[in-house]
Amino acid sequence: MGEFRMPSLGADMEEATLIEWLVKPGDVVHRGDAIAVVDTVKTAMEVEAFEDGAVERLLVEPGTTLPVGAPMAVIRSESAASASQQPVAPADIPAPPASPHVESPLVRRRAHNLGVNPDMGPATGQEGGVTKHDIESAAASREQSEARPGVPAADAGSPPVAPPAGTVVRAVPRARRQAAQLGVDLATVQGTGPDGAVTSADVERAAAAGGPVRAAVPTASSPDRKAALQAAVGALMARSKREIPHYYLSTTIDMFASLDWLAEQNAPRSVSQRLVPAALLLKAAALAARRVPEVNGFWTGQGFQPANGVHLGVAISLRGGGLVAPAIHDADTAALEDVMQRLRDLVKRARSGRLRQSEMADPTITVTNLGDLGVEEVYGVIYPPQVALVGFGRIADRPVAVDGMLAVRPMVTATLCGDHRVSDGHRGARFLTTIEALLQQPEEL
Amino acid sequence: MNDDQARDAIRRALATVAPEAVLDDVGPSERLRDALDLDSLDFLSLVENLHESTGVDIPEADYTKVATVGELSAYLMACAH
Repeated sequence: MGEFRMPSLGADMEEATLIEWLVKPGDVVHRGDAIAVVDTVKTAMEVEAFEDGAVERLLVEPGTTLPVGAPMAVIRSESAASASQQPVAPADIPAPPASPHVESPLVRRRAHNLGVNPDMGPATGQEGGVTKHDIESAAASREQSEARPGVPAADAGSPPVAPPAGTVVRAVPRARRQAAQLGVDLATVQGTGPDGAVTSADVERAAAAGGPVRAAVPTASSPDRKAALQAAVGALMARSKREIPHYYLSTTIDMFASLDWLAEQNAPRSVSQRLVPAALLLKAAALAARRVPEVNGFWTGQGFQPANGVHLGVAISLRGGGLVAPAIHDADTAALEDVMQRLRDLVKRARSGRLRQSEMADPTITVTNLGDLGVEEVYGVIYPPQVALVGFGRIADRPVAVDGMLAVRPMVTATLCGDHRVSDGHRGARFLTTIEALLQQPEEL
Repeated sequence: MNDDQARDAIRRALATVAPEAVLDDVGPSERLRDALDLDSLDFLSLVENLHESTGVDIPEADYTKVATVGELSAYLMACAH
C-alpha cells in the first residue's frame, strides 16, 4: 500500500485544505486513527487512516488545498504490499492517473471494512467508477501477493516534506484554523483545554497579546469563507433540486405518551443521563427507515442501492453559520441512551471541528434540524446521493380532538421529502405512520 | 452565593456552549434560550456545567422556572449553600 489519498468528505465537499498533520514519518497508525486535520468550506474535520501501517512520507504541507483523491502521504502497509506496487526511477515519476472515483458510500464502507483504499482503484465501473467487485478483488490480491521488504526509496523523486519541528502541539482543530488565520504560533500558546490542549480562546488571547507571529497560512478571510460556504451549499442544493424529483408528505404526531414517559425517565436521572425528545424522534426515524427500505440508501448511476444499515445523518447548525449532517451509525440498533450520547457527542465535535470524515460521508438518510428553531414544519432538500430527508418541527401544545372532546396535547409535525424515483407517496406515508406508531410506545424505542 | 457569583457561574457555564455569547447583553427578563439561540442539547449542557461548577442540580421539572437569566440566577442563589 502506498499513497494515502484525500478521502471523500461528504456529498458537497470536493476539496479540502490541510491544516495540520497529526502524524509524522515513522509513526505507526491503525485503521481509523486520525492522521490529519483538514478544513473544508463547511467545517474542519479529521481524516482517518484506512488501514494499519507506518507513515513513510508526508507529501503535502499545511496550507495546501487538495481535491478528493489527491495523494497526501505515503503509508507503508504492515501487511503484504499491494500487487500493483512498482519501483519507480527517481527521474521518471509518471503523472498520477485520473483518480478512480467512488460514487457509492456503500462501496466506500465495504472498502473501509476490508481495509482497502478505494481511491487507489482498480475501477472497472462506468467512467472510472469503483465497484464493490473492485474493492473485493483489491482486498483478495493484496492478501495473495508476497510480502515485500518495503517500499523502495527509489521513488523519492520529490523531496519529502519535513515533519513539524518539535512535537505536535495539542490543539482543537478550530483553534488550529484560527491560529493559522491570525498568524499565531501554536507552539507558544499556553493551552487551557483538556490535557493542556490549546483552545480557540487561548489562541485569541495570544493574538490579542501580540505574541510571536509566524507567517499566516493563507486561508479564506471571514466574508470570503461565508461566501464560499454558501456557494458550496447552494450548488449542492441546486443539484439536488435539479436531479431529484422531490415529493413531500407531512403528518402531526401526538407526543403526549412520549413526553410523559420521558419526564418519568428523566426525573431520577442525573443531568448527564437525561434524554431529550430529539433522541426519541431520531430513534423512531431510524427504526422506521429499517422497515421502509426505500427511504434508506443511495441513488447512483446504477439506480437505487438500499443500504445495509441505517446511518442516520443529523443536521447540526454550526454557531458561526453553516450546517453539517454527520451520521449516527446503526442508529436503528443502538439503545436510546446510546443515541442520546452519540447525538451530544456529534454536536460537540461538529461545533469544535472534530468530526471524522467517515461520519461526514456515511449517512443513509438524514433528519433535519430538530424543531428547536420554533417552526411548525420543516421541508428541506434531500442531500444527494441520499433519497429522503425527514423533518421534525417544534413540539408544541395544540388543541386536538380526543374521544370527541377538545383536548390540548403536545404535538409535532413530521415531514418527509422523498425521491420519487425510489419511493412514492404510499411508501412515504408508511414511513411517517410508522414513526407515529413508534412514538406512541416510547418504552419500546 | 451572591448575584455576581451566580452570574459568573452562568457565564462560565456558557463558555463551552455558546462561546461567542456575551451574558451582559442579555436582559434579566429575556428568555435565555431565545436570546442566545440555545437548543435543547445546549440547554442540557448548560445545566450540566452549572451542576459541575456549583453543585446545584436543576431537575427537568424545574426547567421552566429558569427560563431567564434573572430566574436562573435566583435559582442558583437559593439552592447553593
